Amino acid sequence: MSSNKESTVRTLLVALTVSLVASVFVAGSAVALKPVQLENRLLDKQRSILAIAGLGDNLSSAQVKEVFGSRIKARVVDLDTGEYQTTFDPLGFDPLKAAKDPKMSAALSSEADKALIKRRERFTTVYMVEQEGRIESLILPIRGYGLWSTLHGFLALKADLNTVVGLGFYQHAETPGLGGEVDNPKWKALWPGKTLFDDAGRPIIKVVKGGVDPASPEAGHQVDALAGATLTSNGVDRLLQFWLGEQGFGPYLARLRQQGV
Amino acid sequence: MAQQATVKEVLFNPVFNNNPIALQILGICSALAVTSNLKTALVMAIALTLVTAFSNLFISLIRAQIPGSIRMIVQMVIIASLVIVVDQVLRAYAFSLAKQLSVFVGLIITNCIVMGRAEAFAMQNPPMLSFWDGIGNGLGYSTMLVALGVIRELFGAGKLLGIEILPLIKDGGWYLPNGLLLLPPSAFFLIGLFIWALRSWKKNQVEAPAFRMAPQVSDREVY
Repeated sequence: MSSNKESTVRTLLVALTVSLVASVFVAGSAVALKPVQLENRLLDKQRSILAIAGLGDNLSSAQVKEVFGSRIKARVVDLDTGEYQTTFDPLGFDPLKAAKDPKMSAALSSEADKALIKRRERFTTVYMVEQEGRIESLILPIRGYGLWSTLHGFLALKADLNTVVGLGFYQHAETPGLGGEVDNPKWKALWPGKTLFDDAGRPIIKVVKGGVDPASPEAGHQVDALAGATLTSNGVDRLLQFWLGEQGFGPYLARLRQQGV
Repeated sequence: MAQQATVKEVLFNPVFNNNPIALQILGICSALAVTSNLKTALVMAIALTLVTAFSNLFISLIRAQIPGSIRMIVQMVIIASLVIVVDQVLRAYAFSLAKQLSVFVGLIITNCIVMGRAEAFAMQNPPMLSFWDGIGNGLGYSTMLVALGVIRELFGAGKLLGIEILPLIKDGGWYLPNGLLLLPPSAFFLIGLFIWALRSWKKNQVEAPAFRMAPQVSDREVY
């Protein structure tokens, strides 16, 4: 080894050693903490499902586990046929992972891809709130591109399959204060009670700019856009059109309407 | 020869005499972003203090080995690794807080305080002293963050750590919150006021003006 600290060999050696030690350190901590992080993410998702379904805000981890376990039932749906699929474990099934797997998903044509998600999974998990064996509300996973990021969230419907119980996003990276206001409780409070479909079962829910006129007959299926966040609002509008339409939960909802919830 | 600093000096000088935010005007970005409530401000303060302390320690330990030509990048690698570990730990044990802090934990990497202490102190001083220097500067940053967090959350939302202190009018109380305090610009005003107060108290921190405007004169006087 050269005794000169500034020599090229010495410089490379130091760079290599430092990088190696640092990468082992970083990789080690990432691997060791992964199980705890995954559990946290699952809890966070369950917490947001409960909040969107109106079963309580700010629950502790133990409460989330308890309420989710006792009130919520998860089922896997085949999006193409609208039938339930029983071969997967609904709680273990990861629709987002499936959307990346060529065998479990299909690419969307640019025309059909209103939500800009590129690929749609064949199967997804839906959640139901049950009360004494009767389904009270249905919670559908939705996602789509806003301005900077994919918004991941849930839409909860009443058993009439038309009235909104709640809408919320648990993961996104929109601009804080503008598009990030999708998390604002005041904006989320605009959603419950809105209706999603017209008489023919076509999605007519709309996010409108410039304020909803409460006297208008359309007001029942219109929601104010976010101020200063046109692209995020458009994204929310388009992703609802997509997931409520034929490419999304259309066939599933049509089957439920026919056969009863 | 420069006088060797003592542990007490490196630990407490940065709090008021050489505050990283108030005197060196470093780390302002995160001070604006995370202080709208006390809880995120506290977590950020602890995270930054730990990162500064340990990056100082490790950099000082290997300082004799670091070639001058790549010293900055070596410092960055060490700082970045520590920040990633802190971020991972927060995600594992304080998920909702990690979500609120979002990118700002990652941005500790580029926080000038960490890099500044590594370059200015850890490269010249023994490991344990560097470690205490990191803690000290973290304390200076924390003092400012906690002060900002307390004022912004208390007067902006009537709460401290989420517990109601001043009952709000909308909940049937008497206090009308100042919404401006929840927005980032308010931290600018508050930091400005803190600097003013600190420099009125410790006059030696007042800097000589770096720029003087020429007096207004008429054309005839100039030509």
